[in-house]
Amino acid sequence: MRKTKMLLAAVCGASLLTVGAIGAQAKTLVYCSEGSPEGFNPAFYTAGTTFDASSRQIFNKLVEFERGTTNIAPALAETWDISEDGTEYTFHLRKGVKFHTTEGFTPTRDFNADDVVFSFMRQFDKDHPYHKVSGGSYEYFNGMSMPDLLKDVKKVDDYTVKFILNRPEAPMIANLGMDFASIHSAEYADQMMDAGTPEQVDLKPVGTGPFQLVNYQKDAVIRYKAHPDYWAGKAALDNLVFAITPDASVRYQKLKAGECHVMPYPNPADVAAMKKDSEIKVLEQEGLNVGYMAYNTKIAPFDNVRVRKALNKAINKQAILDAVFQGAGKIAKNPIPPTIWSYNEAVEDDTYEPEVAKKMLEEEGVTNLKMKVWAMPVQRPYNPNARRMAELIQADMAEIGVEAEIVSYEWGEYLKRSKDVNRDGAVLLGWTGDNGDPDNFLAVLLGCDGVGGSNRAQWCHQPFEDLIQKAKVVSDKAERTRLYEQAQVVFKEQAPWATIAHSVVFKPVRKEVVDFKIDPFGGHIFYGVDLK
Amino acid sequence: MLSYILRKLGVIIPTFFGVTLVAFVFIRLLPGDPVLLMAGERGMSDERHAAMMAEFGYDKPILVQYGIYLKDLFSGDFGTSIITKQPVLKEFFTLFPATMELSVVAIFIAVAVGLPAGMIAATKRRSFFDHAVMTGALTGYSMPIFWWGLLLIIFFSGILGWTPVSGRISLLYYFEPVTGFMLIDSLLSGQAGAFRSALSHLILPSVVLATIPLAVIARQTRSAMLEVLSMDYVRTAKAKGLGHGRVIGMHALRNAMIPVITVIGLQVGVLFAGAILTETIFSWPGIGKWMVDSIFRRDYPSVQGGLLLIAAMVMIVNLVVDVLYGFINPQIRHTD
Repeated sequence: MRKTKMLLAAVCGASLLTVGAIGAQAKTLVYCSEGSPEGFNPAFYTAGTTFDASSRQIFNKLVEFERGTTNIAPALAETWDISEDGTEYTFHLRKGVKFHTTEGFTPTRDFNADDVVFSFMRQFDKDHPYHKVSGGSYEYFNGMSMPDLLKDVKKVDDYTVKFILNRPEAPMIANLGMDFASIHSAEYADQMMDAGTPEQVDLKPVGTGPFQLVNYQKDAVIRYKAHPDYWAGKAALDNLVFAITPDASVRYQKLKAGECHVMPYPNPADVAAMKKDSEIKVLEQEGLNVGYMAYNTKIAPFDNVRVRKALNKAINKQAILDAVFQGAGKIAKNPIPPTIWSYNEAVEDDTYEPEVAKKMLEEEGVTNLKMKVWAMPVQRPYNPNARRMAELIQADMAEIGVEAEIVSYEWGEYLKRSKDVNRDGAVLLGWTGDNGDPDNFLAVLLGCDGVGGSNRAQWCHQPFEDLIQKAKVVSDKAERTRLYEQAQVVFKEQAPWATIAHSVVFKPVRKEVVDFKIDPFGGHIFYGVDLK
Repeated sequence: MLSYILRKLGVIIPTFFGVTLVAFVFIRLLPGDPVLLMAGERGMSDERHAAMMAEFGYDKPILVQYGIYLKDLFSGDFGTSIITKQPVLKEFFTLFPATMELSVVAIFIAVAVGLPAGMIAATKRRSFFDHAVMTGALTGYSMPIFWWGLLLIIFFSGILGWTPVSGRISLLYYFEPVTGFMLIDSLLSGQAGAFRSALSHLILPSVVLATIPLAVIARQTRSAMLEVLSMDYVRTAKAKGLGHGRVIGMHALRNAMIPVITVIGLQVGVLFAGAILTETIFSWPGIGKWMVDSIFRRDYPSVQGGLLLIAAMVMIVNLVVDVLYGFINPQIRHTD
């Protein structure tokens, strides 16, 4: 214990040596991260590890999610207006926001509309001088269909920006809270372009965020210091250090030894011991994800809703939760997780009744049914062991006389083949939310546009489609909530999936860490966190 | 001697080309492509997939791709990682010193302990020491690295608190790398305690990495020594009245060293393989983990470049071993 305290004290004191914090009381939080970021420009990447190291510490967006929730709050935009037809979003920008001063850049002006236009036009306009810099593949911008959605991003004046859309899109605001929408300094970009080193913008990031990058050693450590002029007030922590530690057991040992304050992704098997450790607090929350098994509703007999319902009744979800999630999961009844607004509590899940299931199949004339169950070859938060899950489902199916064969492919192939409209079999897969909007689950995974793509059930059901399309264009949140709640009822009646589970996220932190909140998006945000 | 070295070099050059081909084909034989993996569950349209494949040049026939790769290689361009967008050569040489440092210390431990242990076991055949060394070697050889590493961390770092859990140096110390070798850079930094911290961080990972080579070297030394000790010239040397130490040191060991050096040379390849796991457990920022990540992400340029550079290192070490043979046993350089 004494050694632990000494070590953390030493690390805190180390900030004097390392990142030049002033004063003897410099506070340094060490986060044992799980891997190296792919880079420091969040617009290029889709991995949470990269966002943790970049957008979530270094940058701000026009709007951001309130810490620990999926609610949108003002950030670099103080207010915004939406035109009546829902195609024009006018943002009124915050004044007096300072960019980081780094070794290579000293800003001469505050954040303004030019920075917003630069950050989006770089991704949107293929002829923009920065579009191709550093490889220029903007995965999330494309993935969220922004090129189809956006018509233009215009500067109205220094502190007003207008986004013009091709069609109304209620989730637009939530999209702008995503990591790819981080705001970069146009002034820095211009300077680097003039110096002939435009890629420096992506390697040595300059943002307006609460922390600024000091140093990065690949696979070893990332060091940040607090942005002294942060618009929302300087962070309580003076320094932030990411000690990159890929192995979960080793992260736990480091946490115990006091070599770090916060660790992500513990082994489920270690959680019980962590909870007993008086030096560690284990925070927990349902993840923003859903794991499911999608039938191919285009192929008989899975085109019959009663057959799908019968199969759903045959699956013992509690057994799956115990064996596959080892307590780190919660049974899913809806296609969206409970942490998302409009989650319909009133929906009743299919009960586990194998006898009833068997009878239902007989009534539908389905006998000696043979089916394939696709098991993902990778581990995901929404499905830590797909093979095991498939085996349990196989056993459940055998109970009602259905012969299930388990198939699997390499991950890339799996994703590709499972999209096929004529695919044979039910696919185990899942989804982690991007922007906290129900549309990001319901339209992407179950909308008619997704058939042959992200809609693995190949399910296009007009009453459901009408509801989600209407919710997409209405800006009133209460009305949208009502529509999505109805959509969940229709989903449950039609059963294109067997909803399996939402993961439960555990976040072990040392007891001296104050106000750390689990981010529903799976991120790690250290602004607002303090050390006792 | 020069012609001997030239002959060896003559073998290395075609081998190098062979490796470029193997590295190039191997990663493409794995199912899935980097673009699909980048998109993940989110997926992407077929048009965008095709556009991105074309952007990376992966839409061209494989032979054309190989030709471009070779052409770039000859101009010193190992390609750019499609994930990090950084030149492969730069990434490799940023991480390589960490692996090199760990491997050198590990092979030093393996030789420093394995060689004398094997020698003593051979000279004291069937003694308690012999049995202990052989049992220890078998255990070390069979030990899964991952499990062994975690066990040492839990015991020495977790329970006893003697060694740091992972990393290369305490977060207390920060200095820009000069050589990339932490032991040297910590000395150059002039910061009090930095060298000690770097050394303490090296102990567990190097012991873990040394375990298998140590076991192999001990066993090989023992059997080579036993064979040599039964030779007539050793008996003659003894009959001539030479002292025990002189017989072992001058006559037996020198001849037993040839198979032992072969094994040490081969262990360099084993070290790189072991480094992958060791680096993951100990959060050691070396090329092992980088290679694994690159393979999982189908980062073709990084895998190709990494494999080629590692193979080049192993070939160089084996060339050195071959040259050493020549020095130790002149018969080899004349007959090989």
